[in-house]
Amino acid sequence: MTVVEAIREALAWEMERDDRVIMLGEDVGGSGGVFRATEGLYQRFGPGRVHDTPLAEGAIAGAATGLALAGWVPVAEIQFLGFAHNAFNQIVDQLARVRYRSCGRFGAQVTIRAPFGGGVRAPELHSDGFETHFAHAPGLKVVAPFTPADAKGLLAAAVRDPDPVLFLEPLRGYRLTKGEVPEGEHLVEIGRAKVVREGTDCTVVAWSNAVQLALLAAADAATQGISVEVVDLRTLVPIDAEALANSVAKTGRAVVLQEATLTAGFASEVVATIQEGAFYSLQAPIQRVASPDVPYPVQMLEEAYLPSIDQVLDAITATMRA
Amino acid sequence: VTREESTTRWQADPEHGGQPPLLRYLDEDGELVGGEQPMSDEQALAGLRTMLTARRFDERCISLQRQGRMVTLAPGIGQEAATAGAAMALDRGTDWFVPQYREIAGQFWHGYPLKLAFLWHMGHPLGFKVPDEVRMLPFQAAIAGQLPQAAGMAWGLALKGEPSVVLAVFGEGGTSQGDFHEAANLAGVIKAPLILLCQNNNWAISTPYEKQTAATTVAQKAIAYGMPGVRADGNDLFAMYAATRTAVERARRGEGPTLIEAVTYRLGLHTTADDPTRYEPAEMHDLWVPRDPLRRLRIYLESTGALAKDGFEQLEAEVREALSAGWEEAQQEPPPDPQHYFRLVETNTSPRLERQLRALGQSHRG
Repeated sequence: MTVVEAIREALAWEMERDDRVIMLGEDVGGSGGVFRATEGLYQRFGPGRVHDTPLAEGAIAGAATGLALAGWVPVAEIQFLGFAHNAFNQIVDQLARVRYRSCGRFGAQVTIRAPFGGGVRAPELHSDGFETHFAHAPGLKVVAPFTPADAKGLLAAAVRDPDPVLFLEPLRGYRLTKGEVPEGEHLVEIGRAKVVREGTDCTVVAWSNAVQLALLAAADAATQGISVEVVDLRTLVPIDAEALANSVAKTGRAVVLQEATLTAGFASEVVATIQEGAFYSLQAPIQRVASPDVPYPVQMLEEAYLPSIDQVLDAITATMRA
Repeated sequence: VTREESTTRWQADPEHGGQPPLLRYLDEDGELVGGEQPMSDEQALAGLRTMLTARRFDERCISLQRQGRMVTLAPGIGQEAATAGAAMALDRGTDWFVPQYREIAGQFWHGYPLKLAFLWHMGHPLGFKVPDEVRMLPFQAAIAGQLPQAAGMAWGLALKGEPSVVLAVFGEGGTSQGDFHEAANLAGVIKAPLILLCQNNNWAISTPYEKQTAATTVAQKAIAYGMPGVRADGNDLFAMYAATRTAVERARRGEGPTLIEAVTYRLGLHTTADDPTRYEPAEMHDLWVPRDPLRRLRIYLESTGALAKDGFEQLEAEVREALSAGWEEAQQEPPPDPQHYFRLVETNTSPRLERQLRALGQSHRG
């Protein structure tokens, strides 16, 4: 099953399970969304449960908050994370603070879904990795799965979470990443990282589609006799500090890989978290691999821009040399 | 802004620029000019009480703020009729009031307690905890940020088949925000039972209406969103009540939202950190003093005999007593525990936040 199929399955399951769950967003109705993540839901659940909205991210996120206040469990689609800044106030300053601002009277059981990530030859602002902008917002969980099984299980958990969750979908992996997905009800706990490849020499931490790159680099490193452990973070907020510490305590080395630009990226948070939890196990400085601090380029320059296997391998070897 | 311009927008001239006429019942002298009084004497007196409570509340809080006992606050002096009148057209049992932060009169009417209002201005988080039985969202600092939520809320209540209407309040400054346009557009499309109530008080801090928008009126903006745009004298309790009542009926019939422009004026400060003498022409202020909504309603109710000769003094005394009781209650509220906030970020506090909370406890002990 592909990631997008797994997402569709989770949405249908949750809509079936809880009739408060509704969909809203641009083109999510009859057309099933530009990536077909909501395909068939309008036909199956009807116009009262699946709503096309005007082209306005702020209205989508704000209305989702209001719908939750009225007793619904909205799942809002932002077509690309690159455009979520149009809703930044409504997501970060509003949605994430509903419980806090109202002193606990109201909650906002809202899931905002947004695909992100590059490598698909998309126009400007369709590929940018802006996850760190949202990871800085108290009250907002940020989830970024890689595999279809995790996409299904974490999305179901996000919809059921009493608080808002930004659910980031791997754009490149939508149809590229395939895997087995448990049938029927499947939940994955938010806030738990997962070791997706065991190793003993160096830990590579990644999330979303970058996990693919980490796995490829780990396979290459193995041919050089380096045993790499790959940790799929899966949830950015709340971060699984324990899993990071456990892995690095074992390997003594760490590389943190992100597709987004380097400075103040979420990888920096991961680095800080690792050194807080496993400093005395470290045998080498922690390395970061990220895109350079320039805006995401247009299509012809994408490959030169995105982190490569070689960059990840270089970072792994750098930790081994230290 | 010239005196003439300000007066022009105030005139109830239906021919003016093809704009919607200004709905008005009471003129500057408190005389009934707009037809029959739209509410009972009893209601009018209750409205007057609410307006007076808001006025004296604001005055007392400014004084307390000057004594260093309150935080920076934004009074609504001169605008009491706009939101009190609108709130009076709602049904507290079904309808929601979504505030910005300068509509305490309407909030009082809708059930927000005095004690909490004082706590709000003291900087106590409980000011934001609207009691469960009051259908009201907390204050909103982000201008127009509440509007997309109000649209979503109205939408959601209609989807549930509830007869509820949502009244969302903002200022003319808020109409420059994207959130206003996005909310109005969405509400128009989905026919949300929403009333967008703009308190056009002419000033966004120091920025006058003319620098906020080139539109002759706020109400005309409604055309673009496929909803009625109504102008009402915001300093006339009856006009605000009648305009909102029509909008409520329309919303309840499932016909969608209404934009109401309450033409009013900020007689006081933007906030206690503001000094309007730096930018407000004195003659403009003077022009609006006799238009004071409290004054007009009082004169009218005295002229009809609904308010007895010593009635207003009696009302003053009752309001003073209620405010003192609310202030007493607020002062008795214990200061907030820092723990309180940590527990409100999310339903299940994350391990990292738990650690920060423990660290906070330790540093406080030290």
